[in-house]
Amino acid sequence: MNTEVKNGWWAKSANGRTAILYLLPSVLLFSVFIFYPMLRTIYLSFYLTDQSGKAVLNVGFDNYAYLLQSPEFLNSMKATGLFVLYTVPIGIIIALFLALLANEKLKGIGFFRTIYSSTMGVSVAASSVVWLFLFHPSIGMFNRLLSVVNIPQIQWLLDPEWALFSVSLSTIWMNLGFSFLIILGGLQNIDEHLYESSRIDGAGYFYRLRRITIPMLSPTLFFIITISLINAFQSFGQIDILTKGGPSQSTNLIVYSIYREAFVNYQFGTASAQAVFLFILILIVTVLQFKFGEKKVHYQ
Amino acid sequence: MTMSLPKKIGLYSLLIVTSFIVFFPVIYALMISFMTGPEIMQGRFFPQSIQFENYSKVFERLPLLKYLLNSFIVSAGVMLGQLIVCSLAAYAFVFLPFRGSNFVFYLFISTMMIPWEATMIPNFFIIQKLDWLNTYQGLTFPFFALAFGTFLLRQHFKTIPVELHEAARIAGISRFAFFRRVILPISKTSLVTLGAYGFLTTWNMYLWPLLITTNDSVRTVQIGLKQLQSQETATEWGVVMAGVIVVIIPTLLLLFLGQKQLQKGLSQGALK
Repeated sequence: MNTEVKNGWWAKSANGRTAILYLLPSVLLFSVFIFYPMLRTIYLSFYLTDQSGKAVLNVGFDNYAYLLQSPEFLNSMKATGLFVLYTVPIGIIIALFLALLANEKLKGIGFFRTIYSSTMGVSVAASSVVWLFLFHPSIGMFNRLLSVVNIPQIQWLLDPEWALFSVSLSTIWMNLGFSFLIILGGLQNIDEHLYESSRIDGAGYFYRLRRITIPMLSPTLFFIITISLINAFQSFGQIDILTKGGPSQSTNLIVYSIYREAFVNYQFGTASAQAVFLFILILIVTVLQFKFGEKKVHYQ
Repeated sequence: MTMSLPKKIGLYSLLIVTSFIVFFPVIYALMISFMTGPEIMQGRFFPQSIQFENYSKVFERLPLLKYLLNSFIVSAGVMLGQLIVCSLAAYAFVFLPFRGSNFVFYLFISTMMIPWEATMIPNFFIIQKLDWLNTYQGLTFPFFALAFGTFLLRQHFKTIPVELHEAARIAGISRFAFFRRVILPISKTSLVTLGAYGFLTTWNMYLWPLLITTNDSVRTVQIGLKQLQSQETATEWGVVMAGVIVVIIPTLLLLFLGQKQLQKGLSQGALK
């Protein structure tokens, strides 16, 4: 009797034992390269470190207190917030507009879809180099256009008033292709019949857009908003190539600030504390998605 | 339904104007890459003649061929690694129900809440300790496991009837044989999507290669572009733009070929 139960348990758990084998690579890699480093980041944020990253002195919450009083870090948070505000809403509205255009049934529409999604194939480094040239003070295209219409030239990347705007402009372009592809996919998943019955009722384009398209698209839009927010918080390459955080730190976004603090100044403790702030920001965004995503949004 | 002619003309002109604006930076870079220094200073849009001098120069200034090969090895490596690791995990989630699978599932979801940049400092030291700085392993291994990829494949695997799996078990086909002979071939489209996605994102990766490549040996093209830009911008924009065009051609081609697949796959994996 006893052995039978034991055998039953052994047999029943066969799936489990095999499953562990199949899941092992993922779990192992996640542990080594995500979970352990995250815990280690939190640990380091309570320490002063030496140049090789060893924790030397436990300072409690001093790194955090230091950051919250540091004008540089507060400025970096402000720049990050503004950057998110400039890039996410406008980027999604443009992508939505292009996706609506590309969803019309016309001859050759595939060509336009390919063009709209093309920025996804251009790396951050490559696009940053191209935009660096577009923003060039004397031979860049933007200032040439301005001089044609007799508007005084703008120091796009050198003027602290303009730099964050310029970086945001180039970032909107870089992210356009991906947002476009996701939104177009969402549009194509909407059931045709919904439109057909509304057409019989004689509803106009904008009425259908407001009453059918946008509500049916809401899960996609919600998803792309979340991804865009996370992407914006993680921006790094364009800063490194276009401005290096300057001028006067006006474009010192959080990931760039972490990078400099850690790998230029070798202050791994305060850099880790900044990384914890980044973690919390992204956690808030993803938790909001899980919490409100399913309730407020219409699913098919 | 048919569209009226004025509406058609309006739509086409909108499509043409907007695609010109969107594609403009790429076209502009291509034009500049054919120009000589004086032409660029004059601010022309079209080059006087199409010359490939800048292209031969860029290959002289940088070990660009080597960087391209490195990028290709790293991207293909991550792509293969992701396909293997993610499809194994997805198989377990769909066909091997076990106690605690929910817990593991949430473990996967939780990795999506941890931004990679928040873990880069300890990750750098891990790679240093493993003596993996300036190696292909260091550039690829950390990215093999991917929650998004696992969920994408899981969606597709779910469409395969469980009865088929049971029947195969009764017929004496091992789990791994079923996985390899039945599931993977059926799920080809999802595998292609994930593969293209993995290749594209790895090819374009910037911060991680910047951190862990300190010499030319495994450096990728993206870091090569940064090098080129910081060396050359004062004088030769034509050479820099030639470098840009060389770097974006492989990914643009991949995107043009796989745009439809990517769009379908990404929106499916994202939403269900």
